[in-house]
Amino acid sequence: MAAASPSAAAIEHSRLLSKQHSDGGWGVIPIQSRLGRFTSFDVSEFEPVTGFEEAWKYTPVKLLSTLIDEPLDGSRPQIESSVEGAATVEWVDRGSKRIGEVGKPEDKASANAWSHSSGAWVIDIEKDGGRVDLQRTGSAAPAAGHLVFNAASGSTGTIVLRNVGSAQLAENLEISVGDGAVLTVVTIQDWTAESTQLSSTYATLGRDARLHHLAVTLGGSVVRMTNSTHLAGQGGEAELLGVYFADSNQHLEHQIFVNHDAPNTKSRVNYRGALNGDNARTVWVGDVLIRPSAIGTDSYEENRNLLLSDGGRADSVPNLEIETGDILGAGHASASGRFDDEQLFYLQARGITEDEARRLVVRGFLSGIVQKIHLPDIAEDVERAIDLELGGRAE
Amino acid sequence: MTELQIRDLHVSVQTEQGTKAILKGVDLTVKSGETHAIMGPNGSGKSTLAYTIAGHPKYTVDSGSITLDGEDVLAMTVDARARAGLFLAMQYPVEIPGVTVTNFLRTAKTAIDGEPPAVRSWIKDVKTSMENLRMDPSFAQRNLNEGFSGGEKKRNEILQLELLKPKIAILDETDSGLDVDALKIVSDGVNRARESTDVGVLLITHYTRILRYIRPDFVHVFVEGRIAEEGGPELAERLEEEGYDRFLNNAKVG
Repeated sequence: MAAASPSAAAIEHSRLLSKQHSDGGWGVIPIQSRLGRFTSFDVSEFEPVTGFEEAWKYTPVKLLSTLIDEPLDGSRPQIESSVEGAATVEWVDRGSKRIGEVGKPEDKASANAWSHSSGAWVIDIEKDGGRVDLQRTGSAAPAAGHLVFNAASGSTGTIVLRNVGSAQLAENLEISVGDGAVLTVVTIQDWTAESTQLSSTYATLGRDARLHHLAVTLGGSVVRMTNSTHLAGQGGEAELLGVYFADSNQHLEHQIFVNHDAPNTKSRVNYRGALNGDNARTVWVGDVLIRPSAIGTDSYEENRNLLLSDGGRADSVPNLEIETGDILGAGHASASGRFDDEQLFYLQARGITEDEARRLVVRGFLSGIVQKIHLPDIAEDVERAIDLELGGRAE
Repeated sequence: MTELQIRDLHVSVQTEQGTKAILKGVDLTVKSGETHAIMGPNGSGKSTLAYTIAGHPKYTVDSGSITLDGEDVLAMTVDARARAGLFLAMQYPVEIPGVTVTNFLRTAKTAIDGEPPAVRSWIKDVKTSMENLRMDPSFAQRNLNEGFSGGEKKRNEILQLELLKPKIAILDETDSGLDVDALKIVSDGVNRARESTDVGVLLITHYTRILRYIRPDFVHVFVEGRIAEEGGPELAERLEEEGYDRFLNNAKVG
């Protein structure tokens, strides 16, 4: 069970000689660099998650103890794939050197998935470029997953991952974008209502590489997506986008960390969410770190939330750490607002029904993000899914 | 031929001090092709009348009736009123982020007509109306009213009047905040709509200025929640010279 307070956790775990605590800290979490978080491949080296940690303080961890603490089914999961162009999909076993090239777990759920998965699905975009569409159907048993997306140097590719069905899933996704490669990654979380997912994405970009990433999170009772993107090569660019729609009693969380670690790198983070119904809950945390190595950085992050009803709560937390003064720009914007009755009156006064008015506003608000990814079939899918979300509110 | 009938209308609002009666027995009939000016001092209830006809939830109808060709308007939802042929050009149009003018106009037109407009003629109609109102083509791709100046918002309201072709249009202080040039452009738009569709117009204004450009058939002076005097265009001219003092004094004495 989770300890009752952080100090209780600290005492308990200094006794266990936890590695997480051996590098200092007595359970009091100091204001520290985002980079300073404990990382390990081994779940047993992590402190128990109490819900007081910086990384977990917005998350309903009590509902997730299975995924964070318990053994998981790490067997090879079923995944349907279709491949166009020069790309491959293969399964590799746990010992493969294809695993662990990019990521190292930054929280306990990520480490738990890492410790229990028996291998990974590896998707390679080869030099000549291609597109891979994946559909993953969740399984009833609590599961660990691992995916590796790799774009060869100079390639241009797209990987789309659709998550459907019912799931309890903790997983890691490693994304590697080679020098000069352009990779578009879309993940769509369209799980059934009772599903839970803790997903950790680790991305690294080579010289002049570009990553366009879109997370679409619609279904599931608790879905938490973290994305830690390392701009490791000069001139790399990351565009990290997301849309989410939380209904009653849904918790949808996105935590983004962009690590500018090379000269002239650029990042754009832009997430938008809509909330509808009692206890609809969303969390967005956007950490941007500009290291001394990252002169000439150009960074901007934005999060906007639209509350369609009373009873929802959107947390929006941008953080900016700048360790060099020699940058092009760094900024953030965050706003959460209500869909207000005057907007509704205006649209209705033009003959538009209440349901259609809501659809119009929400679709417009969210699709602006989806269109940035320049995949018309995806944009259409997502708009249809958003319409269904809105239609679903008619009780 | 359409007829909007308002009979003995009493309307109140909830305020922090309790219920406040605003309209105290309004009788008015507006028919197709007619232009009625409702004039009156601030706080006399002019805008309340406009928003009550449109169905704003803030206003409570305590008694009386509003009918459109015999149909009970008060029983209709806000959107049903618009589909029945009522239109309110608002004094303070709200901003709607994420919805472009183009998308909004097409959605509204489809809702009002019950079917999507024919693409080619619709695009042409929108373009022509925007040109007539001196609206830059880039307007079409902007989010509805977002970052619009006061004048741009008013022009956008009249654009909708021209394109949605209502049976009865209520213009709530469309002239407020407009300079002379913009006032003329907006008035021309209203006059075009009058000529092309035989729309009945209820023009709510504090000032006589707009009546130089939009000629009313009837003028009603609104004081303390009811119509205090009615007449033809000559009444507006008299108000321009005398102001509202005469009515305010009467009201106090009465």
